[in-house]
Order: sequence, then structure tokens, then C-alpha cells
Amino acid sequence: MIARLLAAGLIAGIVAGLAVAGLQHVTTTPLILAAEVYEAAQHAHDAAEATAPAFEGLRRTVATSLATVAVSAGYALILLAGMLFSGESIGPRRAALWGACAFAATGLATSLGLAPQLPGAAETDLAGRQIWWLATAASTGAGLFALLRLDAPAAKIFGAALIVAPHFFWPTAATPESTVPAELAARFAAASLTVQAASWVLAGALAGLSWRLISRDETEAA
Amino acid sequence: MTTKTAAIRSISGSRAETLKAAFVAFIVGLGLVYGAGFANSETVHDAAHDSRHALSFPCH
Repeated sequence: MIARLLAAGLIAGIVAGLAVAGLQHVTTTPLILAAEVYEAAQHAHDAAEATAPAFEGLRRTVATSLATVAVSAGYALILLAGMLFSGESIGPRRAALWGACAFAATGLATSLGLAPQLPGAAETDLAGRQIWWLATAASTGAGLFALLRLDAPAAKIFGAALIVAPHFFWPTAATPESTVPAELAARFAAASLTVQAASWVLAGALAGLSWRLISRDETEAA
Repeated sequence: MTTKTAAIRSISGSRAETLKAAFVAFIVGLGLVYGAGFANSETVHDAAHDSRHALSFPCH
């Protein structure tokens, strides 16, 4: 069963990851490259050392695609694990819905406190932002589960509290200063959320589909 | 009676197997997302840089 689960997650991750990498190539990556021009100009102005990216050209595209495949496989496995834990019947439709809820937790809830940023945007301490992001995603995910899957009114109230609570602790930058033009930043925030939504829903749908196909093969063989 | 007990045992056994598999998948999945989205190693950060921004993970 473990092998079947890992295979389903991996297949879904590779297919969804490559599709999302293609989407990134035409939506978010051009905006990141444009923002880096402003960031580099600011660095040159400050006479600081030039920050050339370690990966460029084709290497950069390959590295980005691999990272996106890894994230998509991770998303697929997390969704399959969640569905198995809660005794859900796993198919493409239900898994895509789970993906949509996961996007609400890790994309919509976190973007309220930390808007998706381009390089050069105003920032606070990275570790603090990462901890807040992870805590918010986990808390919102648990809250949504309590609201949607548990029947007791107390559980629903607790779930709502879990969804609201992280937003009392946003990590806000002291001064909202950025080298990135507002127009680019706004387009990037929208593009990034779209890409993240696509990657969760696609990873979910494909994980559900490959789980069903692999399970059918196993049942026929047995 | 004996058959019933055996059946219950086998159901709870397969439930335990399901939970074990789900736990392994959860840990591997979390590891992949953490590695690509959050790990502080410079090489991993540089390789995953554009994906981190694109998938709205906190970056830099």
C-alpha cells in the first residue's frame, strides 16, 4: 500500500509539476526576471556587490521545473495522506476539492498576511515569515477540516477560531519600501495565486486519478 | 462468533495499514514541500528560487 501511495503521488507530481512549470514559464517567471532588473539597478546604485543569480538561462528553467515537480509531488502526497486519514473515498473529483481547500489554507489565508512577493519587495525577517506561513497554513487547514467535516457545533466554532487566529500576528514590514514598480507587484500577486491554485487542484485531481487507476490494477491482479 | 471477531480484526488491521501508509506519504510529502519551499541551504534556495516566488512561499 505504501508503494502504491508513493507511486500515485509521484506520477501526479511529475505530470502536474511539468504543467505548472509551463504555466510559470509564461506567467510568473517573466515578472520575476523583470523585477530583478530593478533590484540589480538599485544594488548598483547603492554600490553594493552585484547579486547575479546562481542559475541562468536553461539551467534556471530546468531547476525551476524540478523544484515545481518536487512541490507538486509533495502536494499530491499530502492530499492523499489527508484523504486516507479521514476515510475519504479517493477519486479525481474529491481530490481536486481537497486541493481547492488546501489552496485556501496555504494560498488565500497566507496571502492575507504575506502577499506573494517579487524579488526586491519590502521584507521582514525570513524565519519569522516562514514560521507564520507554516503556522497559518496548518491552522487554517485544520480549521477548514473542523468546519467542513465535523458535526459538533463546538468543533465548528473551534474551526472558525483556528482560521481567524493567525491573522492577529501578521509579520508586517516596518516601511513598505520596494524597488519593484507597483504595477509589476500587483500583477505578480495575482499570477502567483493563480499558479498556486492550479498546482494544488491539478496535483489533487491527478493524484486521485492515478490512485484510482493503480488501485484498479491491484484489485484486478488479486 | 469466531468469524465475526476475525473479520473485525482484519478490518482494524487494514485500517492500521492505511494509517501507516498515510503517515509515510504525509512525511514524504511534507519533506518535499519543505525542501523545495523552505530549506535554507543556499544551493537549494537558488535552484528553487523562481518556484518559491511563483508558489507564494516566503522567500529571501
